[in-house]
Amino acid sequence: MLPVTYYLALSAVLFIMGALGVLIRRNLIIMFMSIELMLNAANLAFVAFARFHQAVSGQIFVFFVMTVAAAEVAVGLALIVTLFRTRHSVDVDDVTLLNG
Amino acid sequence: MTLSLLVDNLVTILPLAVLAVWACLLLLVDAFLPRQHKGWIALLAAVGLALAMGIAVARFGFPTEAPFGGMVVVDRFSTFLTVLFLGSGLAGVAVAYDYLKRMEIERGEYYALLLFSICGMMLMGMAADLIVIFLALELLSIPLYILAAMAAHHNESLEAGLKYFLLGAFSGGFLVYGVALVFGATGTTQLFTIVEMVRYGQANLSLLLIGSALIMIGLGFKVGVVPFHMWTPDVYHGAPSPVTAFMSVGAKAGGFAALMRIFVAAFPSLSADMTTVFWVISALTMFLGNVVAIAQSNIKRMLAYSSIAHAGYILMALVPFGQAAVSRVSVASALFYLVAYAFTSFGAWAVVISLEKREGGGLALDDYAGLGRKHPALAAAMTVFMLSFTGVPPTLGFMGKFFLFRSIMEGGFVGLALIGVLTSLISAYFYLRVVVVMYMREGEPEVTSEPWLQLTVFVSAIAVVVLSLFSTPLLDWASRAVLQLF
Repeated sequence: MLPVTYYLALSAVLFIMGALGVLIRRNLIIMFMSIELMLNAANLAFVAFARFHQAVSGQIFVFFVMTVAAAEVAVGLALIVTLFRTRHSVDVDDVTLLNG
Repeated sequence: MTLSLLVDNLVTILPLAVLAVWACLLLLVDAFLPRQHKGWIALLAAVGLALAMGIAVARFGFPTEAPFGGMVVVDRFSTFLTVLFLGSGLAGVAVAYDYLKRMEIERGEYYALLLFSICGMMLMGMAADLIVIFLALELLSIPLYILAAMAAHHNESLEAGLKYFLLGAFSGGFLVYGVALVFGATGTTQLFTIVEMVRYGQANLSLLLIGSALIMIGLGFKVGVVPFHMWTPDVYHGAPSPVTAFMSVGAKAGGFAALMRIFVAAFPSLSADMTTVFWVISALTMFLGNVVAIAQSNIKRMLAYSSIAHAGYILMALVPFGQAAVSRVSVASALFYLVAYAFTSFGAWAVVISLEKREGGGLALDDYAGLGRKHPALAAAMTVFMLSFTGVPPTLGFMGKFFLFRSIMEGGFVGLALIGVLTSLISAYFYLRVVVVMYMREGEPEVTSEPWLQLTVFVSAIAVVVLSLFSTPLLDWASRAVLQLF
């Protein structure tokens, strides 16, 4: 069995990739995918720690996170589609009506 | 779980259960209601909120219970916040009723989503488990993303919704990863078990510290403290004003409820490292919010920066979270401050909504010129709110700041209290500028007079002044509410 640090390292790398993706990429869909990557990095950490602690609750949390992610997708994609209809673009640099 | 146990548990969280069912019923009623009668939904929503509030108030003195296997805890802290959330929900319905019609975005969903969001806030106040806090945060936020984008035919509203969504989901990622790390460090997500694990030395402290920092970032986005505030001005500006009013009170109070519960109840052992972080964030937030607000000419943006600044003041209360005796007082002061902020903020936003016209008109500071002569009562109320935001007696805002600064100084953070006083002085410049424009400049402001809006304005104005005279009992309530946190 691999030690938990390996899983933790992978999940940290995935999380940082996701966070950087949100900050660097300009395409709304890809930013959105990066956010999902962050959530899934957390899921991986949950499962690894659940095995490490022999606590099944960690695996159950993953289901909660997945459900919430699905709800976020529903709202987020609806917003992105509405934006695409009015502006014909999903580039975040075109979303600059409010500049703060 | 047997049926009787489930019923017992549901009775314990009755206000939340009633409101959640009520929100579902609203969606159902809305589907069958003809378009010209959508106003009924507002009335039904208000009845639901009042009903839940009645139940919550009736249960105020009840002993603490931890239903659902300790996932949530119903104590005076959660009841205090529940009443605050339901009150802001009522105000959110009152200010929206006419506005939605005027802006032609009247839809029954507004009220149902508002109720769902309040459910999330109430759950946030009750949560005793990190995973419940995550779920509550999402239940609070997802309806707000939709509400912010409700006027989707206006590009600004859509943009606000999208920005709020992206940064909200981004911060949710931080929160959930932080929860995962805390789970890894302690093997549990229950707040009270985390404390025990740390006490018996069974926790990985560095992992716990990183986890708690990530949780702080996640919730910091939600309450809009520097450096996680970038979304606030844009979202507050673009979203329909009643949504902004509700968001600036409810979402902020919800985020602070979770921050207080988590850090005071579960992480006091981390105070050596986190106190400095809170100190710096709080000072930066007060400073940046108040200084940048000076440069704003749009009233919605000005109030957005002002709300950032006030988040900084409230965050002060968390700075001494490691010293139980001090933080007991400071967290009570923060609850008091939240009440003061709620009244002031809703009042000010109701005035803004009265003056707002279609296509974003009536929102410039210049549009307030002449208000003092044309509508003296409205201008007087706005003056009260501006003084309360600044912290001038005799207003609730002054008492809130007074209690907060006093408790911080007891904790030995004189420097931070000094920064608080100085930034309040800076804030006087832009708050009083509104008063000057209203009274000293000539103009023909156009005001929508609508009974519910006026009721919100004048009830808030009277409460801000009168409650400040009875601030000791209110602070007593707040102190009793936080007693069980420790």
